[in-house]
Amino acid sequence: MSTTEAPAPAPAPSTSRQPGRAERIARRVTEANLAVVTVLAVVLGLFVGAILIVVTTGQSFGGVGRAYGALFAGSIFSPSAVGHAISTGHGWSAAFTPLSETFVAATPLIFAGLGVAVGFSTGVFNIGGQGQVIAGAICATYVGFGVDLPVWIHLPLVVAAGAAGGAVAGFIPGLLKARTGAHEVIVTIMLNYVFLYLLSYLLVTAPLQQPGQSNSISRTVPQSGRLPHLFSGGLRVNGGFLLALAAVAGVWWLMQRSTLGFRFRVIGSNPLAGRAAGMDAKMATILVLTLSGALVGLAGMSTLAGTDFFLSTGYGGANGFNAITVALLGRNKPQGVLLGALLFGALTAGGRYMQAHTGVPFDLTAVIQAVIVFFVATPALVQEIFRLRSAPGEKKILLFTKGWAG
Amino acid sequence: MRLELAGVTKRFGSLVANDHVDLTVEAGEIHCLLGENGAGKSTLMNVLFGLQRADEGEIRVDGAPVRFADPGDAIAHGIGMVHQHFMLVPVFTAADNVVLGFEPTRSGGFLDREKAREDIRRLSSEFGLEVDPDAVVEDLPVGLQQRVEILKALHRDANLLILDEPTAVLTPQETESLFAIMRGLKETGRSILFITHKLKEVLAVADRITVMRLGRVVGTTTPAGSGEHVLASMMVGRDVELVVHKDDAQPGSPVLQLEGLTVTDERGVTVIDAVDLEVRAGEIVALAGVQGNGQTELAEALLGLTQPSSGRILLDGKDITRATPREALRAGIAYIPEDRQAEGLVLDMSIADNLVLDVHDRPPFAHRGARDLTAVRESGEHKLQEFDIRARSAEVPVGTLSGGNQQKVVVARELSRPVRLLVASQPTRGLDVGSIEYVHRRIVEERDKGVAVLLVSSELDEILALGDRVAVMYRGAIVGVVPPTTGRDRIGLMMAGAGVPA
Repeated sequence: MSTTEAPAPAPAPSTSRQPGRAERIARRVTEANLAVVTVLAVVLGLFVGAILIVVTTGQSFGGVGRAYGALFAGSIFSPSAVGHAISTGHGWSAAFTPLSETFVAATPLIFAGLGVAVGFSTGVFNIGGQGQVIAGAICATYVGFGVDLPVWIHLPLVVAAGAAGGAVAGFIPGLLKARTGAHEVIVTIMLNYVFLYLLSYLLVTAPLQQPGQSNSISRTVPQSGRLPHLFSGGLRVNGGFLLALAAVAGVWWLMQRSTLGFRFRVIGSNPLAGRAAGMDAKMATILVLTLSGALVGLAGMSTLAGTDFFLSTGYGGANGFNAITVALLGRNKPQGVLLGALLFGALTAGGRYMQAHTGVPFDLTAVIQAVIVFFVATPALVQEIFRLRSAPGEKKILLFTKGWAG
Repeated sequence: MRLELAGVTKRFGSLVANDHVDLTVEAGEIHCLLGENGAGKSTLMNVLFGLQRADEGEIRVDGAPVRFADPGDAIAHGIGMVHQHFMLVPVFTAADNVVLGFEPTRSGGFLDREKAREDIRRLSSEFGLEVDPDAVVEDLPVGLQQRVEILKALHRDANLLILDEPTAVLTPQETESLFAIMRGLKETGRSILFITHKLKEVLAVADRITVMRLGRVVGTTTPAGSGEHVLASMMVGRDVELVVHKDDAQPGSPVLQLEGLTVTDERGVTVIDAVDLEVRAGEIVALAGVQGNGQTELAEALLGLTQPSSGRILLDGKDITRATPREALRAGIAYIPEDRQAEGLVLDMSIADNLVLDVHDRPPFAHRGARDLTAVRESGEHKLQEFDIRARSAEVPVGTLSGGNQQKVVVARELSRPVRLLVASQPTRGLDVGSIEYVHRRIVEERDKGVAVLLVSSELDEILALGDRVAVMYRGAIVGVVPPTTGRDRIGLMMAGAGVPA
């Protein structure tokens, strides 16, 4: 599928109540408040969206209900489709199509969100998601069409190539920062353009360009290099989603259980103390940006080998940037990133359905998304709106503990 | 002016920072407010200066109740404050800084710089506070910067000056001249509220002394009616040892040898200038000096945090000049950094994690890159006991602990490795008396175990109490190494750059 548009609104109840429980277990009471704020931010996002629907389309509140009903039906399940499947015993794949589409849209956001989150946790701001998505996808494409191998070896190679492409794109700013102090925000942003235009160039140049085509389209990855569908019957959800879930578990282990992740967190929180304790902050910077790039590169690979199978101009769309939002929403925790990505995936999938069935423009979902992020970033405002009590012992809710100068 | 605080109470949640504090400062009086860190002195001053609002109680100026909504109100009532951390614009001149916020102007709103300069000169001669009005503040030594702060308050017609820990950054001589200025101000009928935790200074300059503990006033006394020991006991609430008990050092072989060590910073300024120094096993070498004369840089160079430009560092005869921090730690250096929060601890991580910061990747705390959280936790709980760290459990974030307990975490971590050389930089800064006793005892214990100790401190009392030899630093160079029995005056002069005593 193409993920060129920004993700879209979700009927949030189930997805956003879970972070409350998960985080409460993980981090005790103080962050239960974070969860509450996040849930309320989603509520506020949908509320502002509702006003926009009324104002811009002139519909009544019934129209809002229909639009949000469609949003739900397009992302979670459609009661009528499920009813039909139950009564006839057929059409199960249609009943599961909305969820499948949500997972498909969430997959690259999970990978890229994880990548951005490990960087943030280490005090490194990787704004180069767009470039790393493209770098991963380019490498995966080359390996995809370039070699002819059985699937059991070809597919892992495609996956590895995607990670490697992103890793290189992350290693460059990491090395520059460690060696010269060049700020990674500047370098990663500029690299976005480098990879964007590199892609444009490659797409009109052999061997990447589809032979016999004058359009900017790449050659296609053959079946052996594609991520397999998880179900028969035309559902698009594929092995990429499982890989993404594995990445969530892997990143959680890395950050919470490994010595490397401990060093990352120490350096993210207080690099001076880390240095005085014998940690190599420069090496950690290089490693974490490389890892971050690799994860984001997998996002590019996952759309290529999972749904698209070829590259075109502007590949990857806003995934690289939405990853930053997802990491923010998930408070840089792997579990949080997963839930944030699912929410945004659901907004994307549901938004398309909503546009097709009710005429409410897809772009509304981008607005809802933006409003959610706005409120997540201003917890004091949410607290004021809902007159929430400050939890006892609650420390200031900080999204980032470090400034940009790091 | 006569200032009265009556029943001032300030709460932060369940914490009572000031509990019905009564305090009267008479006109023409130097009144000392004495108390440990956390006793509530700073909160009280913030209330007095309008930075925070009291929950209860009253402030009276010359008998009339006043309310300060912000520092502007306090200034309007004749209260001036010299903060511990100066509130000056470094790139402005002394004159500009003094008039800032109350600038004299000519018609059309133009600054009247000549008038500003004249104001300064007038104030300077009136109070004996010599400062060049055209000097750029960042080029002035700390003592003069402090004068600029005082001039600033006087320029705003302050009748009551609050001096918050003003001597922390001064040499003994600068401190003396500050006291002379304070006495001069007193002669003009101005009142001074002098906040400190240094007993000697209190006895030297105060007319009356109010002691605070745990947010309450414990009592008011006079220098004549008390002594160091009495004041210390009032401050701490129990009998305290003011002297560190230690036997004579039994120095062994040299552990640390510095040979012509030179460090240049990024701007090319020489911060350590050809330092030769030897620290032997079983002795404490105390590095005295006014802050900012290279002591910090020396400690950092030892640990490999900065790379020397020339010279050698030998540890047990082995060259560690180019060692990374990790190698330096493994070679047997323990390091108590001067700012525990900035360099010693990761405040949002647990005590247990902070205790293994240096060995987190070694058995038993990790195997093949995977951390053993059970081992980390158990070791943490054990260390809580061993080092008397007061915390609910080893799992609480270290940032929730008091300063003294935070420092104990640093000490516990650093002394849990095999140590050959202990580098302790300002190890008791900002600690309460109880914790200071504890840290001092630990340092002497390490010495007696045969560890070489390099103690960096800007507190002369600490240097003299702990040092077996005293090395004095000035502008990056060691001006002399003397026995601790050398007089304070002599060492004070050396800190100001004078040569070795004959």
